[in-house]
Amino acid sequence: MGLGVFAKDKVDLLSKEESRWEEEVVREWINRLPERRKEFLTTSGFKLKRLYTPSDVSGLDYMRDLGFPGDFPFSRGLHATSYRGRLWTMRQFAGFGTAEETNKRFKYLIREGDTGLSVAFDFPTILGYDSDHPLSKGEVGICGVAVSSVKDMETLFSGIPLDKVSTSMTINGPAAVLLAMYIAVGDGQGVPRERLSGTTQNDMLKEFFAQMLCMFPPKPSVKLVIDIIEYCTRHVPRWNPVSISGYHIREAGANALQELAFTLADGVTYVESALERGLKVDEFAPRLSFFFASYNNLLEEVAKFRAARRIWAKIMRDRFKAEKKRSMWMRMHVQTSGCTLTAQQPINNVMRVTIQTLAAVLGGAQSIHTNSFDEALALPSERAVRTALRTQQIAAHESGVADTIDPLGGSYCIEALTDEMEEGVWGYLDKIEAMGGVVPAIESGFFQREIADSSYKYQKEIERKDRIVVGVNDFHTEDEWIPVRLLRVDERASEIQVARLKKLKKERDAKRVEEALGRLRRDVEEDINLMPAIIEAVKAYVTLGEICGLLKELYGDYHELIVI
Amino acid sequence: MTHAEKLIRNMLKGDKRATARLLSIVENGLPQAQEAISLLYPHTGNAHIVGITGPSGVGKSTLVEKLVGEIRKKDQTVGIVAVDPTSPFSGGAFLGDRIRMQSLSTDQGVFIRSMASRGNPGGVARATKDAVKILDAAGMDFVIVETVGAGQSEVEVMRIAEVVVVILAPGLGDEIQALKAGQMEIGDIFVVNKSDIESADRVVVDLKSTLAMKTTKDGWRPEVVKTIATTGAGVDELMEKILEHKEYVESTGSEKTRRRRVQNEIESILREKAAEHVMRLLEETIQFNEIVEAVGALKKDPYTAVDELLLNVTAKPKKEGEA
Amino acid sequence: MESGMKIRVLVAKPGLDSHDRGAKVVARALRDAGMEVIYTGLRQTPEQIVEAALQEDVDVLALSILSGAHMTLLPAITGLMEERGMSDVLVLAGGIIPKEDIPMLKECGIADVFGPGTTTDELVHYIRGKIESEAKNLE
Repeated sequence: MGLGVFAKDKVDLLSKEESRWEEEVVREWINRLPERRKEFLTTSGFKLKRLYTPSDVSGLDYMRDLGFPGDFPFSRGLHATSYRGRLWTMRQFAGFGTAEETNKRFKYLIREGDTGLSVAFDFPTILGYDSDHPLSKGEVGICGVAVSSVKDMETLFSGIPLDKVSTSMTINGPAAVLLAMYIAVGDGQGVPRERLSGTTQNDMLKEFFAQMLCMFPPKPSVKLVIDIIEYCTRHVPRWNPVSISGYHIREAGANALQELAFTLADGVTYVESALERGLKVDEFAPRLSFFFASYNNLLEEVAKFRAARRIWAKIMRDRFKAEKKRSMWMRMHVQTSGCTLTAQQPINNVMRVTIQTLAAVLGGAQSIHTNSFDEALALPSERAVRTALRTQQIAAHESGVADTIDPLGGSYCIEALTDEMEEGVWGYLDKIEAMGGVVPAIESGFFQREIADSSYKYQKEIERKDRIVVGVNDFHTEDEWIPVRLLRVDERASEIQVARLKKLKKERDAKRVEEALGRLRRDVEEDINLMPAIIEAVKAYVTLGEICGLLKELYGDYHELIVI
Repeated sequence: MTHAEKLIRNMLKGDKRATARLLSIVENGLPQAQEAISLLYPHTGNAHIVGITGPSGVGKSTLVEKLVGEIRKKDQTVGIVAVDPTSPFSGGAFLGDRIRMQSLSTDQGVFIRSMASRGNPGGVARATKDAVKILDAAGMDFVIVETVGAGQSEVEVMRIAEVVVVILAPGLGDEIQALKAGQMEIGDIFVVNKSDIESADRVVVDLKSTLAMKTTKDGWRPEVVKTIATTGAGVDELMEKILEHKEYVESTGSEKTRRRRVQNEIESILREKAAEHVMRLLEETIQFNEIVEAVGALKKDPYTAVDELLLNVTAKPKKEGEA
Repeated sequence: MESGMKIRVLVAKPGLDSHDRGAKVVARALRDAGMEVIYTGLRQTPEQIVEAALQEDVDVLALSILSGAHMTLLPAITGLMEERGMSDVLVLAGGIIPKEDIPMLKECGIADVFGPGTTTDELVHYIRGKIESEAKNLE
């Protein structure tokens, strides 16, 4: 059903009026007061016009381009009542020290009414090293919780019934192992696998060009991602097997357009790979989820989120022939940007996080994490974490922006930017396709070069003061107030963890360990789904490091391609 | 004891810092460079020198890492000189080969040095050759020289190598055509890396047909090896070919080959020094300025000008000899 | 400095974090300022970093760390450098390093710490100033 919003003859008339205004009113005004800059650019390089009018969106077809909330193409939102029905999930990512400490924290959160747990793992775990690996020195339990064996996972969720909570795990390379441990803990509690719910980030593609936490070469990495998708589709249907992430791409230096385009390209690759595996699109697509960053340029960010939903819906319906609405839904988690936070005058970061939160809400995010204002100084302190959460609550309950659906929809400017964003994304997707897809583009360094160029350009813009960052290149102040006690991690946590791991390795049944690793090796060689073998291995107390070590041996270690 | 003597004494005792310092001296062309080389020259001649070259993006550094792994299995030591281009705009350089050799980074039997070409083909060639001598004198069993591309300076650098390995990979389009002129002439062993990519076999076929009738100056028939650097497949075969080549050269008159290489090096140093020497002599004369002006004013052509200048210079030493 | 000599810098990332945006921007800016830059890549142990600095005979070692493990890793690096007679190398640190940790890092031999917001020009001038005055002192 074509439903143009503006009649052509009216728009033509309006354009004439606009030209008159430019020539008569604007020119005279500019003669007296020149504009602040020659051009006003968004981070993606879109030139913002002086004024947007209906003539900038004259081709807009309401039903085709916007639709109603809950209707294709979901530009205005996934759900019919949006935040009027249920607010977004305020999902704060946290984790530190040992499994015991994090377990206590989880129990506290649950008592406070939280049912969405989010686990941050420490760097050794994220990279598939046990806590006693030489590279783990000084890192155990620092940026998250250390989990080296199923014992640690048991401790982490001890006294927490896994059918009563949903757990989000920020884990990629070793995602299969940690999911296997979670399933094993559930089995131990007697919780059926189909009752487990939660998310594994499990997005390996972005690791190769953005976050750079990779373990194996791209092809086996994608195979493991698909193993998890396939396994979950069949056995853990309430699990979101992958959270396709633009956040890290953005934080590595990409602009908003690149973030969106590269993330969607990754998403397309996973869908194609899952179809090749023999899954049906409507079986697994409803469980795909996305993860984006929110930055300070509010208008551009809102346009990005709206365009994201629209493009994904089109890709799923038109290219992959999805039939279920849910398969076309882009459900997104949004996190405010760590990179925009400054060490100078850190309290100003509260305002940055507020703007970014507003952008996420006006963009229609399903869940949000707000960063702490002291993150450019140290690991976030508890008080700063609380302020971050309060920021979301103020946006939700005081600002009023959650009380009507997609309040910026129909803004001439927002709609024009949304279109511009979409057009830019299609351009990138075509380009990546022409390179043979995401993996060849990674191998040729395409993404890495794009991101490195953008981040260098941004840095230079700040140094030339083409962009102002308050407190950094302008508006300095002499006496800075650094308000909070910074978080220190107790070093004993690491000692306890290493001692416990050594004890486990001594006491477990060595024969069972060997058999489990033997089966895993065979399954890799036969190129079948590795999840069952990994679940068996973690139950035999084979450690994370041992499983990942074997996979690295069989798949080859991988050094990321670094482009400067 | 001079600074250079001290460094060499320490280097021969196994002090890596001294080796690194000596490398900086030759790299920067410092005045002590010649003294250092002449002092350590008697200690050279033990290492087998392997040149590795090829266009960027074919996986050279990764292959070098794996090749060094093979050498280390035999418990032999390796020095690596990796040359990267200097940016013509800033004069700076990004030396990125080390990133792809991380497994070697704390191996006490391996010494890696990154060098920038610094925009002067003659300079980098000489500095690289001297760097090879230092690593040789430091007791390395193998010295690998890695360069990018097929420019004149790379070909010049490769002259110091006893065996030259040229690395190619599928997907480089017309690269082979472009390479014909430069690297095809100097390669003893050709590697087609990334041989798991479909089009690799076509590169092998192309390469073999190009090489079909070729023999090197030593009479060696160039070999083609397929590898996958990321997994290490084929690297053992590459190592075998390098050793085969070594045996071949040794059995068919390595003295002749060695003499040719030495003569080559003397000639190139002579050319460089002679030119410097002549320039110095000329710059002091009034005639030089006069002739430059005459050529500038189109009263004389540059060829005649140089002939006249040289006549003057070559006449000079005679006079001194007579006196 | 003598003509023809270039400032050689090793940009290294100790720690397991992979936040290399800053390290890369620094590497590029130093290169554009005419220096020769060697980047170690991610996740290097103190031993790997010191060995690379030694073999490459660099004038400057620039360390970028955001994982929070700086108080363990940076002293380990400067300690190894002292052991190997490399106290003449200018060691700089950048990343997320709380102010209160800086005095102790300086005691361990870190010449200076550059936090978020440092411009690349500042860094270039700082390095040039330090290396050139050192070269003058040697003369």
